Amino acid sequence: MSAVATRTLVELRGLTVDYGSVRAVDGVDLEIRAGEIVGLAGESGCGKSTVANAVMQILRPPARLTGGSVLFRGDDLVGKSAEELRRYRWRNVAMVFQSAMNALNPVMRVGDQFVDAMKAHEHIDRKAALARAGELLETVGIDPSRLRSYPHELSGGMRQRVIIAIALSLSPELLILDEPTTALDVVVQREILQQIEELQRDFGFAVLFITHDLSLLVEFADRIAIMYAGEIVELAEAERLHDEPQHPYTRGLMASFPPLSGPVTRLVGIPGAPPDLADPPAGCRFHPRCPLCVPQEPLYRRQLTERPALREVEPGHLVACHLAGRTA
Amino acid sequence: MSALDVHELTKHFPATTGIVGSRGRVHAVDDVSFRLSPGRITALVGESGSGKSTVARLLVRLYAPTAGTIQLGERDVARDRSKRALRRYRAQVQMIFQDPFGSLNPAKTIHHHLARPLRIHGIVPDRDVDARVHELLETVGLVPPELVAAKYPHQLSGGQRQRVAIARALAVEPVVLLADEPTSMLDVSIRIGILNLMLRLKEERQLAFLYVTHDLASARYVADDILVMYAGQIVEQGPIEQVLAEPLHPYTQLLLSALQPGARLETRGQAGAAVDPKPGCRFVGRCPLAIDVCSQVTPALVEARTQQAARCHVRAPGVLQ
Repeated sequence: MSAVATRTLVELRGLTVDYGSVRAVDGVDLEIRAGEIVGLAGESGCGKSTVANAVMQILRPPARLTGGSVLFRGDDLVGKSAEELRRYRWRNVAMVFQSAMNALNPVMRVGDQFVDAMKAHEHIDRKAALARAGELLETVGIDPSRLRSYPHELSGGMRQRVIIAIALSLSPELLILDEPTTALDVVVQREILQQIEELQRDFGFAVLFITHDLSLLVEFADRIAIMYAGEIVELAEAERLHDEPQHPYTRGLMASFPPLSGPVTRLVGIPGAPPDLADPPAGCRFHPRCPLCVPQEPLYRRQLTERPALREVEPGHLVACHLAGRTA
Repeated sequence: MSALDVHELTKHFPATTGIVGSRGRVHAVDDVSFRLSPGRITALVGESGSGKSTVARLLVRLYAPTAGTIQLGERDVARDRSKRALRRYRAQVQMIFQDPFGSLNPAKTIHHHLARPLRIHGIVPDRDVDARVHELLETVGLVPPELVAAKYPHQLSGGQRQRVAIARALAVEPVVLLADEPTSMLDVSIRIGILNLMLRLKEERQLAFLYVTHDLASARYVADDILVMYAGQIVEQGPIEQVLAEPLHPYTQLLLSALQPGARLETRGQAGAAVDPKPGCRFVGRCPLAIDVCSQVTPALVEARTQQAARCHVRAPGVLQ
């Protein structure tokens, strides 16, 4: 890793977010370093999008940040004024949503939407803004003549790329991608990921990549955090997480993707369903579905009553499981 | 012996294009032929807009085909219109939909959902309905059945709801089961359970299964055969292991390479529905192998290897007429 990549850009400390009486994110610690790609994976309702919204500071009622802090370059964003946050958003951090392609204004030409975004955040004349917009379109593989197009004249994949280009128009240091390709077909998805990778290499921004598709992250991210029921249960470098997953949930997730080559063996997935966060299980939140939580297990009592802390089992590899580091 | 025999199935929809509304026709499904056999799962794979869901909807007769035949046993059912004929057909060909939230009535118990088809189709005498409902729930792994039967859809998880939908489809003891993206709205950890259930039903009940999906990996996991659709046509078909190991059609190759870690794609662009298609191959604009004939003559599905056929002038050349 380069010297640049070791500087901390964003740090979450004990982040806690409630939706009314439901705790969606419960004490999340996560660091994003400058220039790195961090993947955040988990199933629907695990809190991964809420974490993204907290980093972007766009939580809206009923969601409320009830604990912890969000530090950007060591500066706590919690409690900042609306104007300070407006400057922070887009200039420092930009976000692309899952169905962002539907976020384009249907009655405005693509070029004008670039100009709007840029003018809202910096002093730039229309001509210069359009010139930069044209360059950005080219970097995402769209002909600059498309600046004159209306959104309906573009395919879904092209619209999603336009959104990514607009997000990059203010040269943010962190790009948050919340399921950026989930609604797209596999071929288009691959093209967009290729382009994000190239852009990231050229511009050097950091990426927080949120998805339910763990197989995608293994290839794309530097480090991966796995979320379950509002907590991070495992965090490691991508390759290590893939080769040596420690948390039974991570292992279950890995075993939920059938392979495209090699022998076809019967997979088991994970029994049961994710918990209701209005009434999460006591102890380890994964215990009702965990194959390692059985009465014969010496730590059975603890599994049922005590929440496991996220602890380092190897340098840079953190796991929240009572049995981690003990089982192979 | 096949359970369902589909021959030259075609469905065109009217399309409105442009601001003045010039009328064209979307060739959603064009000249599609295949067979479903008892005890086999056939995967129908394609991207959005390829026509795969339209095929499933034609087979369950939600749409009437523009042309072609759907043969169930000795009967061609493609043009059946009477309520009685359709009811008889649907007792043998059942469908599971993508959305387990939208396909169950929120105001009715699970028992109601399963008892209704049993009564409508007279599957068991009234006094045996409860016992059969419980049996069906056990078959799909929803236990204890007495408890589940009394619940309402909102009290079940997505995976459990999809199991109810499968139990409901099984209630009428169908020969053919059509599953349209049955796992795509479910959480990753739940999906394998549904796929495993499909495998078990195939074996235990010798069902002829059509599994419609965009997910090649899950198709490989459950299916015996594969049909690859592109812009309304089947462009490749054959035993799934063989097709995925050595794809003939450049489109199948593109789909596969898009899923390889670290792959760099050379083919660009994206699939679209075919509106008033001209003669020629529908993939020609994106194809790295295209030659002159490809933009002039529509390729036929040609068996270039044992049991494996493709619509491609280059990789599966046929005799030109």
